[in-house]
Amino acid sequence: MGSIREYFETIARSVVTLGDGFAVTLSYLFRRPNTIQYPDRSTRPVVAMLPERSRGLIEIDVTCCTGCMLCARACPIDVIEVKVEKHPDLGRMITRSAVDWSKCMFCGLCTEVCETGALRHSHEFEAGMASPLSLVMDFIDEPVPIVKVKKGEPPPERKPLGSIIRARLPGPWDPPPERREKPLPPVAPKAAAPATAEPKDGGTP
Amino acid sequence: MRPDNDIRALVGYIVETWELSPFWADVAAAVVILAVAAVVFLAVMTFAGVLTWAERRVAGRTQSRVGPNRVGPIGFLQWVVDGVKLVLKEDFVPDAADGPLFRLAPYLVILGVFSAMATVPFSQVLIAADLDVGALFIMAITSLVVVGVLMSGWASNNKWALLGGVRSAAQIVSYEVPAALSVMTIVLLAGSLSMQTIIGQQGGWPWEWYIFHSPFTFVLFFVFLASSIAEGNRIPFDLPEAESELVAGYNTEYSGMRWAGFFLGEFANVYVMSAIATTLFFGGWQVPGVAAEEHGDSLLIQGLGLVIFLGKAWVGCFVVLWARWTLPRLRVDQLMGVCYRYFIPIAFACMLGVALYALVVPAGSLPDVAVHLVTMAMGAAAVVVLFRRVGHHARSVGDRISLAEVLQRGQRFEFDPSVQLRRYGAHRRGGARESR
Repeated sequence: MGSIREYFETIARSVVTLGDGFAVTLSYLFRRPNTIQYPDRSTRPVVAMLPERSRGLIEIDVTCCTGCMLCARACPIDVIEVKVEKHPDLGRMITRSAVDWSKCMFCGLCTEVCETGALRHSHEFEAGMASPLSLVMDFIDEPVPIVKVKKGEPPPERKPLGSIIRARLPGPWDPPPERREKPLPPVAPKAAAPATAEPKDGGTP
Repeated sequence: MRPDNDIRALVGYIVETWELSPFWADVAAAVVILAVAAVVFLAVMTFAGVLTWAERRVAGRTQSRVGPNRVGPIGFLQWVVDGVKLVLKEDFVPDAADGPLFRLAPYLVILGVFSAMATVPFSQVLIAADLDVGALFIMAITSLVVVGVLMSGWASNNKWALLGGVRSAAQIVSYEVPAALSVMTIVLLAGSLSMQTIIGQQGGWPWEWYIFHSPFTFVLFFVFLASSIAEGNRIPFDLPEAESELVAGYNTEYSGMRWAGFFLGEFANVYVMSAIATTLFFGGWQVPGVAAEEHGDSLLIQGLGLVIFLGKAWVGCFVVLWARWTLPRLRVDQLMGVCYRYFIPIAFACMLGVALYALVVPAGSLPDVAVHLVTMAMGAAAVVVLFRRVGHHARSVGDRISLAEVLQRGQRFEFDPSVQLRRYGAHRRGGARESR
């Protein structure tokens, strides 16, 4: 008799538990989904909702970069490429300050070593691009003189976080940038004014 | 009793009206048959497509997501886009596969399911062929699916596919027994295998449906439902295509439109089994308050019957989708155990019960009506308990049920262009241009 009782108890238990399971899933059909629809139905841009210390795309503000290259050395996979060259009149200039997004893993080691805060994590993350060549992003358009910070003085004011990277992210159909160092301006015998960058073949020593 | 309303009647009407000679009568018959086949095929194709979309929406909401909502209003055209994508994909046949069998298999699956549609009614006048052996025909022709599935499993020359095919054959053949027993019981009650006659024997009101005929048929309906789901290889009985064990089972090697053929068959089968359940248990196209004989030529009543039939069938489809996103997959031994140790004995007991009931209680007598009403009250109580549990589960996590929120599709806020120019990267293109 015991086994027969067990048989019917099994059936009864199955019916009750199955019914309750169906009730659980049905209850979700009558509730509002948890989804916040991503690109266009949030009150604020998603970038503005991210936490303060979230590690988005790196941005380099060359106007307060000392060209110390600590970031390039700290990078475990050689994503950052910084080149400093000497100009006879204008002193040492940064000719390349590039990040390869195809390799960057957003570990943040570079931001920890940056003394002046030129290199920071922004909150930007939407960096889809049409061409893989665009993934190497150079943060300078023409050579920039390095910044010299005197001991005890604060480094120069940094541009607002995110403004640099946002201006540099390419549109979907923009052609990829040239992948080379920016040539130093020609040595001007008289004028010391910052010369307009003339395209010159090959890098000057 | 059986109204002349199938394809033969249509051909006869055309021949009489235009006084066609025997040759042209044959031509007319061929044209009518092809046209009806095309209409039924397209209708079921559309149902299958819409079901794929419905499945994804139901899945989304069940998991507190939104589901596809980008193509068309609430993503309704998603299935069209998916279909186009699958047609454009490469038709790939592995080198080591048995080419002809590999190519043939999906057609057998589609054929098995779509042929069953020939005898499944849409309304009193809309039926391709009201066969005298309708129920038997459906049970027989849907077995063609096993051949297709087994063939694809064998021809793929792949261990996962072969295992999936063999599992599928074992499962479908086993579950045909309880499904056939439940159909048999209804045939016993109706005294006919013709689908239209089975509907005609029921009535429009719920207490006249066969599901509420007696507690035995009430139980049988659930046996039939579960067995049909198992025959259609759907979760929780989807062992032949269990992803975690067999990659994709018998359709592992398929891609593009041939792969879609299997899924077209699967989703069409969901509609077909819901339509059969509607026919056998839920009174089909019967309009409440109007006897089957009085439907006549009134377009309103016939249209209402069509809407009622499709409505019931789609509720059945929803239940199948709902089951898929509720229940976990069974193990092979559990699957067979459920069939042989529970469903078949229960189906047999219910069949005997119905036979005895028909013998003892005269149809239409007071005790008969009382049993109908009590069974219906039982069903209503089950639905009430279910919805009480739904409310309980929603409240137990601090949520509440509100119809207004159901109608809102996901979170929607006012669009503010000053902060929200992010759409389609507009902010980015503008910013990039300014910087140069």
